[in-house]
This record gives sequence, C-alpha cells and structure tokens, in this order.
Amino acid sequence: MPGGPTISWRGEGRDLFTYVVRRTLQAIPLLLLISVILFVILNNAPGGPLAPYLHNPHITPADIERLKHNLGLDKPIWYRYLVWLGMVLHGNFGYSTSNAEPVLTAILQRMPATLELMGSAYLLSLVVGVTLGILSALRPYSLGDYAVTTFAFFGQSMPVFWFALMLQLLFAVHGIPLPFGYEIRLPAAGLSNGEGFDLGDRLLHLILPTIVLSLLQLALFSRFMRSSLLEVMKTDYMRTAAAKGLDSRTIVLKHGLKNALIPVVTVAALTLPGVIGGAIVTETIFAWPGMGRLFIDALGQEDIALLMGYLCLIAFLVVFSNLLADVLYAWLDPRVKYD
Amino acid sequence: MAAVAPTAFPFTDDDVVTTKVTAWRRFLRHRLAMASAVVLLLLVLAAIFAKQLAPFDPNAIDNVHWHGPPLPPCFQNASLCGGHILGTDEDGRDLLSRLLFGARISLTVGIFAVVMELIIGTILGGVAGYYGGWVDYLIMRLTDVFLSIPLLPLLLVLTAIVAEKSSKAALNFGSIVLIIGALSWPAVARLVRASFLSLRQRDFAEAARALGCSDARIIFRHLLPNAVAPIVVQATLDVASVIITESVLSFLGFGIQPPTASWGNMLANAQSNLEVAWWAAVFPGLCILITVLAINFIGDGLRDALDPNMR
Repeated sequence: MPGGPTISWRGEGRDLFTYVVRRTLQAIPLLLLISVILFVILNNAPGGPLAPYLHNPHITPADIERLKHNLGLDKPIWYRYLVWLGMVLHGNFGYSTSNAEPVLTAILQRMPATLELMGSAYLLSLVVGVTLGILSALRPYSLGDYAVTTFAFFGQSMPVFWFALMLQLLFAVHGIPLPFGYEIRLPAAGLSNGEGFDLGDRLLHLILPTIVLSLLQLALFSRFMRSSLLEVMKTDYMRTAAAKGLDSRTIVLKHGLKNALIPVVTVAALTLPGVIGGAIVTETIFAWPGMGRLFIDALGQEDIALLMGYLCLIAFLVVFSNLLADVLYAWLDPRVKYD
Repeated sequence: MAAVAPTAFPFTDDDVVTTKVTAWRRFLRHRLAMASAVVLLLLVLAAIFAKQLAPFDPNAIDNVHWHGPPLPPCFQNASLCGGHILGTDEDGRDLLSRLLFGARISLTVGIFAVVMELIIGTILGGVAGYYGGWVDYLIMRLTDVFLSIPLLPLLLVLTAIVAEKSSKAALNFGSIVLIIGALSWPAVARLVRASFLSLRQRDFAEAARALGCSDARIIFRHLLPNAVAPIVVQATLDVASVIITESVLSFLGFGIQPPTASWGNMLANAQSNLEVAWWAAVFPGLCILITVLAINFIGDGLRDALDPNMR
C-alpha cells in the first residue's frame, strides 16, 4: 500500500493488515450466529411467515397448506435456514408481504432518510458533546464543569419519546415567541411532499428529530470526552510539553486533544445500537420515512421477511462499525498491540 | 473568562486540587446522591401506598371532565376539573391516580428485570471467567451476539410475538420483566467475567482451591463478594435504563397494555392530544425523568463511594 511510507518502513503496515483480516474473519461466524438466532426466533412467531394470510377470510386452510408446501415451509427449520442463507448471499432477502416488494428494495428505499437523521444526530452530538467535554475538562470542578455534568445526567436520564413530545409542544404547537411579533415554529412531522428537493425545507424538518436523537449521544460524548482529556493531562508527555515552555493552549489543542479524541471512536461505535433504537422511536414520533418506521409498520403487519431483513441488516451495521472502530483505533494509536 | 486557566493548568487533577475543593466535590456528589435517595424513597412509598394515596380509581371514567386541566384553573373554578389535581386524560381518568399506579409498574419492572439480569449475567459471566477455555469462548460469543443486535428492535419483536402467541393481554407485567431481563444480561456477564479472570489467580482463590472447596463455593463465596462493587453500580444504573426501556415499549404499544396504567402507555395517546391537553403529556414523562435521574445520581454516588478508582 502506498499510504504512509513510515508505516510500511517499520513493518507495521503488514501487522495492521493481518489484524484487519483476522478481525474480519472473526466477524463472519458472529454474523452467522446472529442470523441463526434471529431466524429461529422469528420463525417461531405464531403463523410464521404466513401469518398475514391467516387473517384473510378468502384464503382457505387448503390454500394455506398449498402455500406452505410451495414456499417450502413444511421443511425442517435448519433446511429453511440454509435456503434463506443461500438467498441472502445472492442479495435476496425475500419478499415483503406488507410492502408487496422485495425486502431489500423496501429497506434500501427507506435507508437514506434514516442515514440522514442518524448522520446529522451523530454530527451534532460529536461537535457539541466533544466541545462541552473539553470545556469542562479544562476547568474541572468549576461551575461550568458542574453545569455540563448535570446537563449530561439529564441527557442520559431523559426518555427520548417524551423529550420529543415536549419539543413538539414547545416549538410546533405553541411556538416560541420572538420580538417584533415573530415566533419560532418548527415542523413537527415528516417531510413536506412538495415537488422536487428543497434543501431548506429538508433541513427545517430535520431540526427537531436531530436534536431528539442526539441528546443521549451528546451527554455520553461530553462525559466521556471530559474524563478522557483529564486522563491524558496526567501523562508524562503533557508534563514534558509544559516543561518545554509551550503555552497551555498549544499543549491542550496539539498534544492533549489528539490523544484524548482517539477513544471517542470506540464510544461512537459502542453506542450505535442505542442510536438505532432511538431512531426507531424518533422516526415514529416525527413521522420520519425511514427504516425505523418501516420496521414498526412491519411489526404490526407480521411481515416476517422484512423484520428478519431489517434485524440482520442493523446487526451487520453494528458488527461492521465495531470492526471499523477497532481498526481505526489501532491505526490512530500506535501503542495498541495487534492481538 | 479565558477558556484556559494558565495557572492551574495542565496538572489540574484530583491529586493536585486542594483538599478543600475535593471535599466540596465529594460533599456535593454525596448530597446529590442522598437527595436522590430521598426522592426515590418517596417514590417507592407512593407506589406502595398508591391505593391509599390515589384520590380516584385509576381506571374510573369521569364522564363530565374529559381532558380536565390541572391545578391552577381548579382554584378559580372548581367545576372545571372536579377535584382532579393533575387533570384528567382523554377518557376522563384521573391523572394523579394513574401516575401513582404507574409508579408501581415502572419500579417493579425495573427491579425485577434487573434481578433477573443479575442472576443470568452473574452465572454466565462467573462460569466464563472462572473456567476459561472453550466454555468462556462460547459464552463470550453468545454475549457478542446479544450486544450486536440492537436491544429495542429485538425487544419489540419478542413482545410482539408474545402478544400474538396468546392475546394482547398476555403482555402483562411478568412477560415484560422476563423479556427485558432475558436480553439485558450481557453487560453484567462481561463485568463479572472480567473481575473473575483476575480474581481467580489471586492467592485467596488458590488457597480455597487447595483447601478442597468446590467450584461453586469458590465462585459464590470467595470470588463473587470481591466483584460485588462494580456489579452493584452497574445494576443500579440498569434499573434506570430498564425503566426507560419499559416506558418506550409501552409508549409504542408493545409493553404494559391499557387500561393498566404505566407511565409509558399514558403517553401513547398524548401526542395526538398535545394541542388540547399538554398536562397528559407533561406529567407522566416528568415522573419517568425524575425517577431515572434519581437512580442515575444514586448509581454515580455509589460508584464514587464503592470504588473511587473506577473512574
């Protein structure tokens, strides 16, 4: 790899490469195990994949039997799992009964909206959370530090859906009055369905859901950043930098922050499952047309194939992001041993 | 105020900060945890004596006062709310009474689910950490699986299956506790395993083994008591997160089913009535926030008290 000459020169590049390969190979059995467990759980749902047809008065028990046979549902579960796995490996997650289209098509269609929401929430929580964490670490046990810590506690204890309701109450139902007769009023639901793509409108609709989804992350990032930076300040190289006579601003920004930021990568990955769960709630409350709402709708309609596809996909996302975080960490912090 | 304080910096930390500041910090920390403990005690008492304290039957419908407003208007015009201090919901049920009975649900689900999580997590984590080898490997892969599937969607799927298996009413207190408890043990298991890995090599564990103690005795009598501090902290914080989880499930309609009052399901209809009855949306959530905040503060206080080195 022509990436960094210093890395390959010291032979560390190859170590990192083998590390990436090994971690990837470890992720494969994990994903298989996850899919087996999910498959068993979902196929034990009453009615199984045929549940939507059971409520239909026009479908006779004989039809059900025929469907069962035609779809291979009378085969043993391990056989059905292998068939499913074979299909998935060819990019086919089955057919969604509630959307009347392939599962993958339905999910991919909703994915951009969710990624938009989760992306902006991550961005907001990273920028604000890390900044707050730094500010409180710079003056530990000051009034500002206590304010940030208390805020973080509130953020961690806040039920997401209630926070969303309160924001809707404040900004959408009543509106925040401003001088000169203006008021802040924000859209509380979904996307306007005008023609074409209106960036301003899109952003306006993103504000409340993003704030809601980012609150918990923001609290976690600020707490983590604070303790991480305080930890770094204790180290010898920070003492050395101070002894060299550098001014404190340079010490923090150039030496401290760089090292304190590395563990944030891990936290960002570890909290992803929570963000995915939060996105489901946020999308439901704000009528946001993403994967989370698709999942909730599928749940009500017993769309087993879609539920299976969604759960596998987000589990893959989590495993992949953990892998990415570990590799990034190892790459950013040369002290990490590859084992 | 400069962003960087040149004098104190960069060696500001526990060991450098004056003892007075440290003491003040401990005091404040402690006071927050103590105040939270008092709040939590009051909540527990309110939940226990919900029947005696509630001014109305939580499911009784007041035909006259639908969406009756809370206190202040009552003072001016008593006929507006008919004695409903915190107002009524969309069916004319007394909010205060429902909140009191909802406290029972939230607190008991929180406690019982965490007890269950502790039992599963301690046994699996203990076995993994004590025996190591392939047992450890298997159990750790299983925790990996459950940590890789986001909890909320999995919970929703399982509660939906339970609801469908029998009837929606089957989603009672017991099944919610079972499902939440059965899925939230991995964090505890990892914690127990990590401390057992180091504890089992210590001299006292070797001594117990040399004396011929059984594995079970070593695990429960010798190792577990030494690993208890981080577990207690984790369990306390988990009670808070379980309470939030239950409320989310109930809010989405997959948790405690109406007419049984839970703070979560009380909010389920609140969104559509937001414009006419803000109180039905505000109070249940406030209860959740206060309870969870109190438990989190207690957990933090416990962390400081039990093990100052823990972070």
